[in-house]
Amino acid sequence: MSELVDLNRAVMARNDDLAAALRADLAAAGTVAVNLLSAPGTGKTALTERLLTGLAEREIPAAALTGDLATENDARRLATTGAPVRQITTGGMCHLEAHLVRDHLRDWLPAGTRVLIIENVGNLVCPAGFDLGESLRIVLSSVTEGEDKPVKYPTAYRWADLAVLTKIDLAVPCEFDEDAFRRAVRSVDVDLPILRTSARTGQGVPELLDILQYLPARDPATDTATDVPAGPTDTDTGRG
Amino acid sequence: MHEMSIAHEIVQTVEDTLPGRRILTVTLQVGVLAAVVPEALQFGWEVATQRTALAGSRLVVDLQPLPARCLDCGAHHPTLRPPPNTCPDCTGDLMPLAEGRELRLCTVEIEDDGPAGPAVEQEPSSE
Repeated sequence: MSELVDLNRAVMARNDDLAAALRADLAAAGTVAVNLLSAPGTGKTALTERLLTGLAEREIPAAALTGDLATENDARRLATTGAPVRQITTGGMCHLEAHLVRDHLRDWLPAGTRVLIIENVGNLVCPAGFDLGESLRIVLSSVTEGEDKPVKYPTAYRWADLAVLTKIDLAVPCEFDEDAFRRAVRSVDVDLPILRTSARTGQGVPELLDILQYLPARDPATDTATDVPAGPTDTDTGRG
Repeated sequence: MHEMSIAHEIVQTVEDTLPGRRILTVTLQVGVLAAVVPEALQFGWEVATQRTALAGSRLVVDLQPLPARCLDCGAHHPTLRPPPNTCPDCTGDLMPLAEGRELRLCTVEIEDDGPAGPAVEQEPSSE
């Protein structure tokens, strides 16, 4: 004999609750968090360097958390911008979780920080499932990775608020077919805005800085997603 | 491969909710876009349940159809695959109408304690 018990509970409840609490705490402190997701080698760190430098020039207090399985290399690299930077070494875990972010922010995040950039572990699969308390989730893909990342990792793209194309300065030598990339994005998320960037030339960086600068903290009471303001020329907000 | 941590999370939740009960079956609702690979979860299940009240239990993964609508002809075609999907009527792009992120612990089948035993004694932990 056996008995059936109805539990009806979200498996990720623990992480989701922590993330919601973190988002509320950050909002109360006037901080917005941005979660960067991409495969290894897309250029998250190079773009983050640009963003931290750009935010400093605009006198917007910013900080960065960077996740990796091992090494403090990225934190050392980002620290050269002068911004407060902290490494999260996951010890083999393939993604960041809300409790890791919370624990690393405690007693570290300087008061008055406006923008917190969280560079997730390089992986397009697992990090997609974990809310880190961010107000904006950006999925990045480089022209060197080909055009079909969005259709290979639809979950990462569906859950993102903005898609950033990196290394756009290499599009021609890589024979990158941007139309095919845009079609791939639209086939999984017709409304996802796309921003073209190059950390080397700085293309698209001012537009991304505008987005971060004017990003409202997500209202924890309603928990509605943030609308991304479209950049003037380089973004595409869908089929039209 | 975060399915292992998901399996551990389920084991912990079930043990916390139903202490001291032996678990036979766990049913999980999984959305098409939940970032979970059912095969990987099944593989992790055996390992995660070892030496727990869920050891030897069966994990049933109930994949939830994702409602989707064709951008071109407007037809509705629920799908069990993540996008991109094409409309079977006109080959337009099928766009999901829901998040598809469900990862929900639904029901748990537990072994009965036997004929209406009055007091459920906490078993002393055998070291």
